[in-house]
Amino acid sequence: MPIAYLLRRIALAGPTLLGAALFVFVLIRIAPGDPIAMMVTGEATPEDIAKLRAVYGLHHSIPVQFLIFLRDIATGNFGTSISLHQDVLSLVFERLPATLELAVAAMLLSMVCGLTFALVSVYWRGRWPAAVVDAIAAAALAVPEFLWALLLILLFGVAIPWLPISGRIEPENIAEFHTQFYLVESVLTGRFALAGEVLAHLVLPALALALPLTAVIARVLKSSLLQAADQEYVLLARAKGFEPGYVLWHHLLPNALIPAVTISGMHFTLLLGGTVLVELIFSYPGIGNMLYGAAINRDLPLIQGITIVFAVMFIFMNILIDCSYALINPRVRQG
Amino acid sequence: MTGFTRRSVLKATGLSAAIASGVGPIELIRPARAADSNTLTIAYPAAPSAFDSNTGPQAVSPGSQSIFRTLYDPYIVQAPDLSLKPGVMEAFSWNADRSKIEMTLRQGVKWHDGEPVTMDDVLWNLKRLTDPRAPLAPVFASNKNFVVDGNKITFDVTPWRANMMERLTFLGCYLLPSKYYEKVGAEGFEKQPIGCGPYMFDRYERGSFLRLKAFKDYWRDKPEFETVVFKFVTDAPSRVAEIERGSSDVTVDIPFEEYDRLIKKPRLSGACYPVSDVALIFFNNEGPLADDNVRKAAVVAIDKKIIVDRLHLGYAKPLGTLLTPEYKAYDASIDTPYDPNKAAELLALSGFSTSKPVEFIVQTTRGYKPKDYETIQAVVQMWRKVGINATIEVYEIAKHFELRAQHRLAPAAFYDWGNSTADPESSLGTSMIANSPHSSWKGGQLDKQLKELFVEKDESKRLEGYRELDREILQNAYILPMFQYFQPVVFTKQLSFRPHTAGYVMPSLFQRQG
Repeated sequence: MPIAYLLRRIALAGPTLLGAALFVFVLIRIAPGDPIAMMVTGEATPEDIAKLRAVYGLHHSIPVQFLIFLRDIATGNFGTSISLHQDVLSLVFERLPATLELAVAAMLLSMVCGLTFALVSVYWRGRWPAAVVDAIAAAALAVPEFLWALLLILLFGVAIPWLPISGRIEPENIAEFHTQFYLVESVLTGRFALAGEVLAHLVLPALALALPLTAVIARVLKSSLLQAADQEYVLLARAKGFEPGYVLWHHLLPNALIPAVTISGMHFTLLLGGTVLVELIFSYPGIGNMLYGAAINRDLPLIQGITIVFAVMFIFMNILIDCSYALINPRVRQG
Repeated sequence: MTGFTRRSVLKATGLSAAIASGVGPIELIRPARAADSNTLTIAYPAAPSAFDSNTGPQAVSPGSQSIFRTLYDPYIVQAPDLSLKPGVMEAFSWNADRSKIEMTLRQGVKWHDGEPVTMDDVLWNLKRLTDPRAPLAPVFASNKNFVVDGNKITFDVTPWRANMMERLTFLGCYLLPSKYYEKVGAEGFEKQPIGCGPYMFDRYERGSFLRLKAFKDYWRDKPEFETVVFKFVTDAPSRVAEIERGSSDVTVDIPFEEYDRLIKKPRLSGACYPVSDVALIFFNNEGPLADDNVRKAAVVAIDKKIIVDRLHLGYAKPLGTLLTPEYKAYDASIDTPYDPNKAAELLALSGFSTSKPVEFIVQTTRGYKPKDYETIQAVVQMWRKVGINATIEVYEIAKHFELRAQHRLAPAAFYDWGNSTADPESSLGTSMIANSPHSSWKGGQLDKQLKELFVEKDESKRLEGYRELDREILQNAYILPMFQYFQPVVFTKQLSFRPHTAGYVMPSLFQRQG
C-alpha cells in the first residue's frame, strides 16, 4: 500500500471538510426558518428579539459567525445546542454509536442477503427460485426505506406482534451501560439476554434499511457473476468436471465479489443518510433521529455538528474504499 | 469436492441470516407486552428537547408541557376547564388596585430529593424568568420589586399585564429547585432533573423514552401509577401501532380515521374532545386584502361546517371568533353565517367576479396539524366559486414563524393558534396587535383599541371590551377564524381519562378502572 497515496487522500480531506462545513453553515442560515422566531412570545419587542439573538450569537453577520465557528472548532468546541442545552460534540458522540450499530447491522444483513440472492439467482438461472429472488430484489429496490419501515411495523409489529417497534431497549429495563454501543457492550460483558433484547429492537429498523441495499448488492453481484461465467477459466473448470455449485463458489464468486464489495462500501455512507427517517419511524435514538429534531427546532449548532461528523465519516469511508481499491487494482496505485 | 445443492443453499441462507442477526430467529420472537397495571405507558409525539422547562425553546413548546407538568408543578394549577386553582401557591390574588400580585407558598411541599420547597426557590424562579435567555422574559420582566414576608411573596406588575396571573400557570412557569440547579449546573440538571411534581425522573433514553417513578411525598393525592413511561413516537402510524399491538396504554394525536377505527376494538376506548387551539387564516391589510369587500367575501364564502364534517369527521367545532368557549370573553353570538351569494355581491362591489377573480397567495403547512393542507384546498375551492383565485403556497412551520415575526406573511396564511391561558389578551390581543411578532394584521384603529384594553384594570369592562372588539374584528373580517381543534386520545379500557382543555395528556388525568 503506497503511503504517498494514502497521505495524498488524507491531505485532500482537509479542504473537502472545510468546503462541507462552509456549505452547511451558509445553507442552514439562508434556509427558511429562524430559531429565534420560533421561540419568541407574542409580547416580545424588537429589542427583546435582538437580545435573544445575541444570546445565541446570531447577531453577527454570516461571515463573522463562520469565522467564530472555525475558531471554536479548531479548539474542539462545536458549540452548545440551542434546543438541547448541551455540548454539541458530546451529544453527537452520545447518539452516534446507536446509529453505527444500526448501520453496521443493516450493512451485514444486506451483504449476506444480497450475496445469497445473487447466488440463488445465478445457480438456478431460468428456474423458479431465481425468479422468486429476482422479484423480491426488484420489490426491495422499488420501495424506499421509510415505506419498508412502515410495512414492517404493520407486519411484525401489529399483525404478528413479535418484534418491538420502538426504541433500543424496553422502557422497563434497568440495565446500565457504560458505553452507547449497547449491542457490543452487552455481548462483550456476557449479558446475552440483554443482547437479545437490543438485537430484537435492531431487527426491524436494520431490515428496513437493508432491503434496498440488498437488492443493489444482489444485482451488481449477479451481473458480475454472469459476466465471469463466460470467462475461459470458468469453462476450464467446468471442463475439468467440477460441479456447478463448486465452480460458482470457488471460481466465479471470488472474482465477481470486487464490484459488490466496492459498491457496499459506497452505499454504507448512503445508509447513514437513510437512518434519519428509519430512526424516526422506529423511535430509534440515533443520530438521524436527533438530526430531525435539530432541523425542526432550527438548532443551528447541532445541525452543523451532526453534518460535520457525517462529512468526516463519509470522507473516511471514501478513503477506505479508495485504499482498498488501490490494494486490489494496481492501475490505481500506479496512476 | 464440495456439493452445492438446492438444499445446501437454503441451509446457507437461513444460517447466514441467523449469523447476521447474531442469534437464532426463535430467540428474537417475543409477543408484544401490555404494561402491568402499575405502569402507564403513553405513546407521545414529542420528546422535550431539554428538561429546563423555563428557559430555551422548549419553554414555549406546547408538546413538552404535559411532561413538564408531570415532573414539575407550576406556581398555580390550571384545572381541566382552564380555571385557576391553588397549587404549590396555596393562595394567589391581585391587590385592590390590581397593581401587585400576592402569592402564598404552601408549607410542606418537597422536591424530589426530599428538600423542602422554600421561598428562596420561588424567588429564584421568578427572577430567572426575566433572564434574557428565557424566551418568556418579555412577559415576566413586568414582575418587579419582589417582597418576601414569611411564606408570602408580593411583587409589582409593571408594565401592567391583565393576564399575569394566568401566565403564572402557563409556559415557563414551573418551579425548579434553585439549590440543586446551582449545584449541578445546567448540564447536570439535564442529566438528572428534579422538580416537585407527582412523578420523579428515573431514566431518559433521548429520542426514545422517559421513565418516571411516583413521588411518594407529593403534596397532593398519591400518584396513581408506580411508573410512568412516555415513549416518544414521532410518527403517527407508529403511535397507532403502539396501542394496537398493546405495547402502550395510551396514544395521542392520531388521525381521526384511525381514532374511529381503534375505539371500536374491544380492549380500547377513547376521547376526542375540544382543546383551546384555534384554526385560523391570518389576513393582512396589504395588497388585495386591504380591500374590505374582498376580506369580508373571503370570510362568508367559507362553509366551515362542511370542512369540519367532511375533512375532520366532525372532530372540530366551527368558530366565528378567535376565542374558544372556554375563554373568558367568549360570546357564542359572534359568528358569520356561510353566504356565498353575499360573498359574490361583495366581490362585485370591488369589481371582481368568477370571470375576473381577485388573486392572492394563501400559505399553509402540510401535515403540521391534522388536515391543514386539505382544509386550505377546500377553502380555495370555496373561494374560487365566488371569484377569489387563491394560490396555495406550502411552507414549513419554521418558515411561518420567521415570516410572521418579520410581518412578511402572504395576504392569507393558515395557522393553528394554541394558547390555553383562557385570557383574551393572550389570543385575540396578541394575534391582532401590529407590533407583536405573532400577528399579521398591520395596525390601524384596531391597535388603539387593543392598547386601551391592555391597560384596562376593571375586569368586567375589559372583558366586555374584548367582546366588542371581537365583534368588530369579525364584522371587518380582519382575520378568518375557522374552527376549534379536537384532540384524539386512545387508551385501554382498564383506564379512565379526564380530558384537559389545554390539550395536556398527563398521567394525573388517568385512573385505573375497577
